[in-house]
Amino acid sequence: MRDAMEIMVELQKLTKHFGPIRAADEVSFSVRRGEVLGFLGPNGAGKSTTMKMLTCYLAPTSGTARVCGHDILTDSIAVRRKLGYLPEGAPAYPDMTPLAFLRFAADVRGICGAERRKAIDRAVELTSLQGVLKQPIDTLSKGFKRRVGLAQAILHDPEVLVLDEPTDGLDPNQKYEVRQLIAEMAGSKAIILSTHILEEVEAVCSRAVIIARGKVIFDGTPVALEAKSKWHNAVTVRLGRKSAADAADALRKLEGVSEVLVEDGANDAERALTVFSRNGNSIINDVADLARSKEWRVLEMRTEHGRLDEVFRDLTAAGKEAK
Amino acid sequence: MRPILAIFKRELGGYFATPVAYVFIVIFLVLTGVSTFLFGGLFERNQADMLPFFSVHPMLYLFLIPAISMRLWAEERKTGTVELLMTLPVTTMQAVLGKFLAAWAFTGIALALTFPTWITVNYLGNPDNGVILAGYIGSLLMAGAYLAIGSAISALTRNQVIAFVIAVVICGAFILLGYLSSLLNYVGVSAEVADIVGYFGFQNRFNALSKGVLYVRDLLYFASLMVCWLLANAMILDIKKSR
Repeated sequence: MRDAMEIMVELQKLTKHFGPIRAADEVSFSVRRGEVLGFLGPNGAGKSTTMKMLTCYLAPTSGTARVCGHDILTDSIAVRRKLGYLPEGAPAYPDMTPLAFLRFAADVRGICGAERRKAIDRAVELTSLQGVLKQPIDTLSKGFKRRVGLAQAILHDPEVLVLDEPTDGLDPNQKYEVRQLIAEMAGSKAIILSTHILEEVEAVCSRAVIIARGKVIFDGTPVALEAKSKWHNAVTVRLGRKSAADAADALRKLEGVSEVLVEDGANDAERALTVFSRNGNSIINDVADLARSKEWRVLEMRTEHGRLDEVFRDLTAAGKEAK
Repeated sequence: MRPILAIFKRELGGYFATPVAYVFIVIFLVLTGVSTFLFGGLFERNQADMLPFFSVHPMLYLFLIPAISMRLWAEERKTGTVELLMTLPVTTMQAVLGKFLAAWAFTGIALALTFPTWITVNYLGNPDNGVILAGYIGSLLMAGAYLAIGSAISALTRNQVIAFVIAVVICGAFILLGYLSSLLNYVGVSAEVADIVGYFGFQNRFNALSKGVLYVRDLLYFASLMVCWLLANAMILDIKKSR
């Protein structure tokens, strides 16, 4: 991995106004080779607009971006050669068969002869399209249509892949397959995928960028995103009902604990206490020590993971109030 | 050049992938046939030429050509494939040309299929086939001009009906220019002005061609119309990109 850290995509204050609406407002981030960047945001946050500018479909109002060193404003054909793009909804010519469609894409990109056959075989193999190659795209299911779009995007083995909601509308098996595919390709490429499914970020992304009302409001690893949750490193303890009564008070007095939530357990004989960490540090040892010293009847004890959906809601809603 | 060819092939194949092409060709042949023999009076004239055949083309194309051109860009916008096409490594002009040339070639195929009329004329008499060839060239050029207008209009909207109607109106205006000159003459505008206006009408430019006279100015007229409208077409697409 000689050039694993090489910057492949660099957005510089990319901005798009539609009349008075700022669809994208000085969006800046960069993606290195080997990274899978999850581009998150509520609907209408500017994800698609940003991707359309990056792929040279829309011209930015201001700002620019570079793909493999080529500027999207001055060298857009070179940018488009380097890019594989799956537009939102995976549009394809409905009358064509996947085979004819892929041949067309190859021809436009100047891949011909034996090379074309090889490229198509590879893309078809990776997206498991073998069974439907000669059926009009019109008659294909949503999952297959999406895969045709993906096959088109990876046909020329691009160094940069931009996928706009690649798993939207797919069933769980298909989602799994597409994620597998992305994970397989991740090593040698820079991949940007937009989604509003948070589990996807945990599943395939090495980085997350959250955008809301056109602005980037988070840029970091999925782990860092998770750590922003108040559930991060919280400890849930299931106790016998008798022990639970004074346990809540004792736990609240622990240093590093911000809050204790008491809930009814699965049955009348027990209670579930959730102990939140004050600054996100691990507190399970402190809780365990306390439980041992007080000789509580502990039925279960576990560390919670951060809740991405809650972080996401907090982050994207916070901007609304600030506005 | 390669992207133009790829787009050209896809587009032309696209016509024949659906019944649209066959329906269009049948209607085109029926209408040219009917109007040639019925309105043009091919037989009654007792002359072995194809003037009656060509003389109906300006009016015929007025409705038939926008029917082809209306889908060129409007349909791509509707299905979202325009985003796919324009993010492939092709320039706007290459995409415009590929699509236009495919539509033009398709019109050429439809026009070529009128050859039974030509055979009929040759069977019945001894026409000047050079004149007929000039007529065909003129007709193809005129079709190209109509198509270029229709293609540019199609880039303006995602609605094919709107694209059709506006293209008919604009092409109709170019036909009317020819008649406008006589009207201007009639109301007392100087003959020079009337002539200049009339010069820009389709009909006057096409008349000479259909009689077998290949004036450079007439060829240039249609060629420059095509160039202008195709440039406008590319400009419309670029403006939409940065709207």
